[in-house]
Amino acid sequence: MSELHSLTLKEAMAHARQHGAVELTAALKARAQKLNPSLNAFLRFESAAVFNGNATGSLAGVPIAVKDNICVEGQQATCASKILKGHVAPYDATVIQKLKNAGAAIFGTCNMDEFAFGSSCETSAYGPTKNPWDLARVPGGSSGGSAAAVAADMAYAALGSDTGGSIRQPAALCGLVGLKPTYGRVSRNGLIAFGSSFDQIGPITKTVEDSAILLDVMAGHDAMDSTSANVAVPDYTKNLNASIKGLKIGLPKEFFPKDSAKGGMDPEIEKSVREAVEVLRGLGAEIKEISLPHVQYSVEVYYIVAVAEASSNLGRFDGVRYGARAAAKDLNEVYFASRSEGFGQEAKRRILLGTFVLSAGYYEAYYLKGQKVRTLIRQDFDNAFKDVDVILSPTSPTPAFKIGEKSNDPLAMYLSDIYTIPANLAGIPALSVPCGFTGAGLPIGLQLMGRAFEEETILRVAHQYEQKTQFFKKKPNLG
Amino acid sequence: MNFDINKVAKLARLTLAPEEGAKLTRNLSTILDYVKNLEKLDTQNVDPTSHVLNLENVYRPDEAKKSLTRDKVLKHAPASDGFFFKVPKTVSRA
Repeated sequence: MSELHSLTLKEAMAHARQHGAVELTAALKARAQKLNPSLNAFLRFESAAVFNGNATGSLAGVPIAVKDNICVEGQQATCASKILKGHVAPYDATVIQKLKNAGAAIFGTCNMDEFAFGSSCETSAYGPTKNPWDLARVPGGSSGGSAAAVAADMAYAALGSDTGGSIRQPAALCGLVGLKPTYGRVSRNGLIAFGSSFDQIGPITKTVEDSAILLDVMAGHDAMDSTSANVAVPDYTKNLNASIKGLKIGLPKEFFPKDSAKGGMDPEIEKSVREAVEVLRGLGAEIKEISLPHVQYSVEVYYIVAVAEASSNLGRFDGVRYGARAAAKDLNEVYFASRSEGFGQEAKRRILLGTFVLSAGYYEAYYLKGQKVRTLIRQDFDNAFKDVDVILSPTSPTPAFKIGEKSNDPLAMYLSDIYTIPANLAGIPALSVPCGFTGAGLPIGLQLMGRAFEEETILRVAHQYEQKTQFFKKKPNLG
Repeated sequence: MNFDINKVAKLARLTLAPEEGAKLTRNLSTILDYVKNLEKLDTQNVDPTSHVLNLENVYRPDEAKKSLTRDKVLKHAPASDGFFFKVPKTVSRA
């Protein structure tokens, strides 16, 4: 039997049913005390198991870690921002309520890019998180703390949020599974908003089955979120082993240009992804080339529409109702001073960009144009899914990059999300599953996208690929 | 792309230090030049997407329900008098 901290979520649940969960939380806490000072994956974990799990629920008292933008009643939720320093959530997010009802404990609040603005976890006001596979490198972002915590065995599973790839890209860079559900599949109530037409909460786990277990708990309509979908929720763990023979998997030719230097994809990534295609073919899937002609405009659309939504959502942080208030002589100065002192550089950059594209005289040329091209990208996916069941791509164009490598070049950072953003624009489910390692030993992720509300299909393909390849068994060497 | 960063900052209720403003102007210009790629596409007859689920007017039954208590909401406010959020004066005499 391996050490208690290194169990998968499913194994931890089995252990808890037999022996209780107390020693599981203790094992994670001991692990975090040892490793977190060098990784900075958790912003807070000392208040172990802030809610004691319930052994009779399906999650059997097993502790789950949570990103710092998801509200847990009585606990700090700061979005890794100075402007929310010390802010304590007055209520539970719907997903937290559901986890608690299923008997989960909550252990560990995970670091993130400030307000989820970033792909590296470097914009956190509380210092960057390190990648457990190489401490000089980023864990990805924005849910980098969630991914690093799970990869370092300080958590069995963690919740992240994904607006443009913030669950899948860190999962890929840390050798884990990350699932962004269909927009509307999981309630956003209690998730501090970034881009309200994109945001989804989802799991980051060691195996595909673990993600399915958590989606089972979290999915479903919620009256507290008027954008949640009233669509029946299947049992996501039930059909993981059903044959994928004859299932059609599409490779968008725009993501795999003949001259791969043009695609900006690292050659080692391309090699691993192409090998994954062959494994899937071996499992009986039918591989087809498809076209998503407008997908090359995804980053442009995203950095108009998502920042516009962000600038609007962040208007509420004004020093009046929560978080930090700067000393000022009148109310107007409270707004200016609290926001100028409270927001970091990337938050200011996106607020300004969003404010600009929504401002009089520019709205039509930027925001409206972005929304229209978003329609074209959605139509590309609708057309492609007439011919195929799943669309495959890399998750990230590169493996984990060095801390500081892209932090002074916002556009280079934004292009890290080139393969993940399209699924958020179209609202479809997508996941990342480990598909190998670079020569230097850095994890590589494979992305699978599915039709809206067909999480079952991508989980099934990913599970069978994972069981065949077993990349998840390799762990970073952390002593 | 030319624009007045201080005007945008004012709309966003941000004060920028001079060197901060210069750097953000460069950053934003680069990004705005990049998104110009979209001009290549003819979108005259395309409807904008504001939302992917095509939901319309989601209503709930008009029933009284419990909501957060005032104490809970005010507990973590930067300043309150126990009934309301407190702020400095909102109007100053000229």
